[in-house]
Amino acid sequence: MLNTLDHIELSQVVEIVSVDHSPISSKLTEMGLVSGQLITTLFRAPFGDPIAIELNGTVLSLRLEEAQFIEVKA
Amino acid sequence: MKIALLGNPNTGKSSVFNLLTGLRQQVGNFPGVTVDKRSGFIQLGQVQHELIDFPGTYSIYPRSKEETVVFDVLSDPGHSQHPDRIIFVVDASNLQRNLLFFTQVYDLGIPCVLVLNMWDLAQKKGITISIEALEKLFPGVPIVQSNARIGLGKDRILKAIDSIKDKNLTSTPFLNSFHLCEIEDVQCQKLEAENRLQKIKTSLTKVVETKVLEGENFSRKIDRILIHPVFGYLIFALVLMVIFQFIFSFANAPMNWIDNLFSHFSIWSSDLIPEGMVNDLISQGIIPGIGGVVVFVPQIAMLFFFISILEESGYLSRVVFIMDRLMRPFGLNGKSVVPLMSSVACAIPGIMATRTISNWKERLITILVAPFMSCSARIPVYTLLISLVIPKMYLFGFINLQGIVLFGLYSLGIVFALLVSFLLKLFIKQKEKGFLLLELPDYKNPRWGNVFINVLEKVKIFILDAGKIILAISIILWFLASFGPDMEGAEHGLSKKRSYQSLSKHEQSIAMDACKLSNSYIGILGKGMEPIIAPLGYDWKIGISLITSFAAREVFVGSLATIYAVQDDGGKQTLLIDRMRNEVKADGSPVFTLASGVSLMVFYVFAMQCMATMAVVKRETNSWKWPLIQLAFMGVLAYFTAWLTFIILS
Repeated sequence: MLNTLDHIELSQVVEIVSVDHSPISSKLTEMGLVSGQLITTLFRAPFGDPIAIELNGTVLSLRLEEAQFIEVKA
Repeated sequence: MKIALLGNPNTGKSSVFNLLTGLRQQVGNFPGVTVDKRSGFIQLGQVQHELIDFPGTYSIYPRSKEETVVFDVLSDPGHSQHPDRIIFVVDASNLQRNLLFFTQVYDLGIPCVLVLNMWDLAQKKGITISIEALEKLFPGVPIVQSNARIGLGKDRILKAIDSIKDKNLTSTPFLNSFHLCEIEDVQCQKLEAENRLQKIKTSLTKVVETKVLEGENFSRKIDRILIHPVFGYLIFALVLMVIFQFIFSFANAPMNWIDNLFSHFSIWSSDLIPEGMVNDLISQGIIPGIGGVVVFVPQIAMLFFFISILEESGYLSRVVFIMDRLMRPFGLNGKSVVPLMSSVACAIPGIMATRTISNWKERLITILVAPFMSCSARIPVYTLLISLVIPKMYLFGFINLQGIVLFGLYSLGIVFALLVSFLLKLFIKQKEKGFLLLELPDYKNPRWGNVFINVLEKVKIFILDAGKIILAISIILWFLASFGPDMEGAEHGLSKKRSYQSLSKHEQSIAMDACKLSNSYIGILGKGMEPIIAPLGYDWKIGISLITSFAAREVFVGSLATIYAVQDDGGKQTLLIDRMRNEVKADGSPVFTLASGVSLMVFYVFAMQCMATMAVVKRETNSWKWPLIQLAFMGVLAYFTAWLTFIILS
């Protein structure tokens, strides 16, 4: 099932399907967020935003408004 | 030749820089932008070469206006900072993402050395890298491993740089038919990044071997507590409290030593030099002026000691993570929290600490509102006025009224800092959108060498860049306070008075100082501005003290003591308070009432009464525009809130 990253529960492993076009899409890609990449949702900051994810052994934090551009599947 | 040091953030790049250059470092700005340019020298054979540390970035394409310096310098061979060689530092445990930027640099054809740093960490994570296989991917690039945190790899890096001295890069680019994208063309950049990552991923299968380790990563475990919705904030509050405790208990003593040392210097030089103008200039203008710069050093050093530890350990990015959502509505960033909190001790290190905020708008707003946080220099003003006009009584039998007022003043500063940020967010226009996208690096023990160098660097920046402005302003203030159109006449008039002649020698000199100040240019200015400040409940004597305390807020207290010709009672100020209590206006009503006293305190919450802060804002924004705007809007805000306070309370 397709979803965007901001809607994924914690401690899930998901695969990136695509990164939507946005002013920051090249920056998301440069951080390694590319289609086919597996990511794990790790933490939510207090108040639910931003979130922290793990990919290739490093932890990235991103705001929900940034995460919504990332389409993932379980 | 010029050698550039490049790499992603959190790769230990600055450790490599410190390892290679030691203490022989300089800090400045890259031309045209307020990005720290650290440079130093390394010795290859008999020749010295300049090593320039560039800001850590994830790509050649900038995320923010400040990062464009990397793109500008690398893409333009005619640029004054364009390097002849590159030392590229990567985190060995995260080769895939790190190589993205490296392959961009490689394709530019500038000869480079690739440094696989944090080699030990990679091994601990179960990652093994075949250097031989990696070298095949990038022909002509020497690859070395290092562990800069514990000082390993210096010779290897230097040897590698030396070995490419005369080599021509004739190899093919990593990405076929590569050309740089336009800086605004996001789509082109995204495509390039995808292509590179794709190729890196397939190429690395022969280079990197990863064993999956059992058990949860140590940093993840700590994060469960430090990012916790309740404990996260509690621990952060605790960390701040410890920092402030240290600063307040340990910065005071050295600050007093510096004060004493410089007043001794001042007396000593005044005895040494023949009496006259030069003597006065040196002993009362220049020496106290330099003292006024040096006195900030203990606070700056201590705050940056702690900030560097927070940064080095990886905790600072967690603070950003938990504070980001709270600060965002105000146009601030999670990274604004530490600068603003530091400003409670002193706005100067606070403003200097905004360099970590990569987004220019968020950084500027943080700089502009930081002086609203009540700093330690306001405490003497607050306590003097509180004990003067706020009665010692208890609300509901246990809440100390004086304490409540002090608390209110601090809160007023914080509330307005946020409020003004919110307004500035609407007014300051900027094309680039702020975003977070931050790495949370693994926790590490701080490297004391790096902490030490960082502290030294900040102190140096302050003394060299801001110091000269502070010195210049304090000499101007000294001149205006010591000279007047008819100083001799006024002194002569006083010495003729019978009441003066009956005083003891000590009392005479105090009375003479009071006479001098009120007849100086500042005195005349203070009298001249009385109509402007009368609506706030102030008289010309307060006006004089407002002008002199532009040097530093606490000068207000000393200035009043001088004007009222009160003897120093060792800092207890009881004599001064008594004198102020008896001070009356022409119509016989007291000058210091509840209304005028509180109005004055409110004025000090908001007014930019600190030339050192202005000098630092000038340094950090690289223009006089922002400190002057800040001076104006803080002044207007202070005037109107003080006026409102006076009207409401009287």
